[in-house]
Amino acid sequence: MDDLIQEFIAETRETLEALSGEIVAWEANPTDRARLDAIFRFVHTVKGSCGFLDLPRLARLSHAAEDGLQAVREGKRVPDSHFVDAVLAIVDRIGELTEAIDQGRSLDDSDDENLIRAIDGAPAIVAAESAGPANDRGKLPARSVRLGVELLDRMMGGMSDLVLVRNELARRIRDAGAAPEIEAALDRLSTTVADLRDTVTRTRMQRIESLFSALPRMARDTAAELGKAVTLVVEGGDVELDREMIEMIRDPLAHIMRNAIDHGIESPAERTRLGKRENGRIRVCARQAGNQIEIIVSDDGRGIDTEKLGRKLIDQGTLTAAEFARMSEAAKRELIFRPGVSTAAAVTQVSGRGVGMDVVRANVERIGGVVALDSEAGQGLSVVIRVPLTLSIISAISVCVGGQRFAIPRTAIEEIVAADNPMLHRDQVGSASVVRLRDRAMPLVQLGDILALPAEGSGIIAVVSASEGSFALAADAIGDHEELVIKPAAPLVMATGRYAGETLPDSGMPMLVLDISGIARVAGLRFDRTARPDQDNGEIEAAADRRSILLFRGTDGIRRGIGLSLVDRIESLGHGAVSIVGGKPHVVLDGRVVPLAGGAAMTDEISVLRLHDGVATVAYAIDQALDIVEIAPELAPPSERDGGILGIALIDGDPVEILDPYWLFARQGQASYLERTCALVADADGWMAGMLRPLIESAGYRVTMVASPDEAEGPVVSLGETRAKGPVVALRRDADPGGPDDRSVYRYDRDGLFAALEQLSVKGGRA
Amino acid sequence: MREELYLITAIAGRAVAMPSHCVDSVVDLGPVVPVPAAPPHVRGLAALRSKVVTVIDAAIALGEPDAALAVGRAVVVTVTGHVYAVLVDRLEDVAPFASSRLPDGVNLDAGWSKAARGVIDRGGEAVLIIDPAALIAGTGKAAEMLAA
Repeated sequence: MDDLIQEFIAETRETLEALSGEIVAWEANPTDRARLDAIFRFVHTVKGSCGFLDLPRLARLSHAAEDGLQAVREGKRVPDSHFVDAVLAIVDRIGELTEAIDQGRSLDDSDDENLIRAIDGAPAIVAAESAGPANDRGKLPARSVRLGVELLDRMMGGMSDLVLVRNELARRIRDAGAAPEIEAALDRLSTTVADLRDTVTRTRMQRIESLFSALPRMARDTAAELGKAVTLVVEGGDVELDREMIEMIRDPLAHIMRNAIDHGIESPAERTRLGKRENGRIRVCARQAGNQIEIIVSDDGRGIDTEKLGRKLIDQGTLTAAEFARMSEAAKRELIFRPGVSTAAAVTQVSGRGVGMDVVRANVERIGGVVALDSEAGQGLSVVIRVPLTLSIISAISVCVGGQRFAIPRTAIEEIVAADNPMLHRDQVGSASVVRLRDRAMPLVQLGDILALPAEGSGIIAVVSASEGSFALAADAIGDHEELVIKPAAPLVMATGRYAGETLPDSGMPMLVLDISGIARVAGLRFDRTARPDQDNGEIEAAADRRSILLFRGTDGIRRGIGLSLVDRIESLGHGAVSIVGGKPHVVLDGRVVPLAGGAAMTDEISVLRLHDGVATVAYAIDQALDIVEIAPELAPPSERDGGILGIALIDGDPVEILDPYWLFARQGQASYLERTCALVADADGWMAGMLRPLIESAGYRVTMVASPDEAEGPVVSLGETRAKGPVVALRRDADPGGPDDRSVYRYDRDGLFAALEQLSVKGGRA
Repeated sequence: MREELYLITAIAGRAVAMPSHCVDSVVDLGPVVPVPAAPPHVRGLAALRSKVVTVIDAAIALGEPDAALAVGRAVVVTVTGHVYAVLVDRLEDVAPFASSRLPDGVNLDAGWSKAARGVIDRGGEAVLIIDPAALIAGTGKAAEMLAA
């Protein structure tokens, strides 16, 4: 029996969680039949189980709600707001009772009768006793079993052991020089183990939806309590995160959201006065950014009033007026993370619980995360929680220094070059070291100095990017590229500020994962975002006049070149690496399917140039990389325009075709690799929808059709006149511009159109 | 008086007792990878089956840096979800003892006093009880940093 009750509790809890979004949607529109049915099914299931499990109180409550809902379903009753509140109260009580049963405590039942009466509060109705079980067939449950996380942990542990044993076995077999049959069996074992590890890792992942589904209800309740009106938009629920991590960010997220409603969103009256929509808007959005998950909570409320915040802290005596006056605006905003701060004039029931943003930040940092702010007074506040995808496998590159290996997340590495690369210049600027690589100057940090290890040669320089800025990190040598399971290290280790976690690679020797931002801090690097454009001094601009070209021999044996800045790296791929997807060749790089250009047979062992434009990745098959040369920017025009050739450069007296990366990305990049959007304003002839849309979509834009430019968010393309406020590419029907000030683009000028669009996309992306 | 099971080990040449309920297991550690820039009593990381454990030198944590231990025998403890292996000199005995409070007036050094939990009487010899979990924070700056 206990098992059954446990099962019932778990199931009820789960359904309630999933239901909370439905409930809010139903409340907004009580006639919504699908939502009504979902709630009805819930109370009906609870009623059924309770009768069987002998839980009379739950049975009575769910029965009452079921009766009421059934009457609505049969049209005998109109779901007014009293009725909705009464049903919600019962659903809440069912949740409370379930928790009480789980914890083995009792809950006062004097109120039950009131709840039941509230349902019948409206004109008395006679509901049919036989509730519609037919509706239970509506949703088939997904095939699943419920497992304890502990069991999953043990499975994961066993999996890692298995990998280590396999590695040892492989080493011994190699040393002993075993027969080919044994080697073949070992290979099969390796493949199976790798697949299994992948699967087991995924069992720990959960869609962040399970965290988000409770938010609509929370927003509703909090807003109701405070007399505010809030519209909640939730995006990115399909982002996957380790389930332990999800538990860890549950409270911080709830707190940030309550704060947004309580302190951020103004009262409806005040909003009207300010000319804002009466309903405050809160957007909660999750996305994966490299090896991190970003959860952004933004509101359109009043933002952080830094003056008020400062006055309060000065009054408290924790800050002096002089200190405050010296602070930058960003530093002033950061004051919200000081203990004992609340900008609300009155301590409210909701967020004035003594838990401040300081606790939120501490909790997020404890799991290796970051809380960042973006606020504009009067315009709202964005709080970004950034947490690592801990326990999920990340791709990392190891570097050696002083005889020890350290891992750097692949996403933090922009490029790695040999220290004796002729493109690399080192300068001593006062007490600091600076390297110049192609057209960039950046600070140089010796990893050995940071870790107090004796450097042995400093053979490589990795250009790494922290969230604040990029810098060059010198180490002795580069190690393997590995897929690693990163776990947070002990607090003693994390307190050094240099490590992001620890990992146990296949070698069986633990390895520390470097925290690139932490290293920048330890090294005392100071990045100032606003100052960055000014760093480009004259000398560097002169260098940018010439462009660096990677020379290679193509798969057809012809020497060609491509701009070096786009080449991420060169990779060798084994036999059968090329597969045909959707009729086009693709290769897998870092676990992602990437389109392959340059032509290659499926059976070859090939090298590919991995090209990256910041968003999309394209692979270009080559026979061999030859050299890096600098050429003048002027190119001779290519003989034919359609072949993806930018132009022809003279290198060592020979003409060499230079590839047009723009063409490559436009042709190879597909919508799924890109996140660019564009709206087209429909015209009467259907030219936009019929002619232009396919063209723009083939370049990788996600296209929406709109009736007027004002409807769209983001870049818009419009044919004919345009006086819209937003970013608009205006097209004209005539080939010649209407006048010297005409900035429109001729509608068949493909390059001009894309250039204009590109510019808008870039601008929009930075805004 | 109720007796409890104690592990009797030696740290810095002195016998100490650890309550067995504080200890997950006793292991022999393999190679240790150092953690640069960590406090001195953090000897590094070691692989224990499929887990990475943080290796703590009990002698240095107790403020006896000259008695730094060889990597080998360690007691495994779990503190706030992290697993630590606390190096000890040798394991002498596991037996039930009754504990008593530290005699009045005994003055221990800072490192020892933080970990001390009383004494047991082993055949007429008073043996200090220490809590291995208390060794993890170490002494000095690191401990303050973590406490903050």
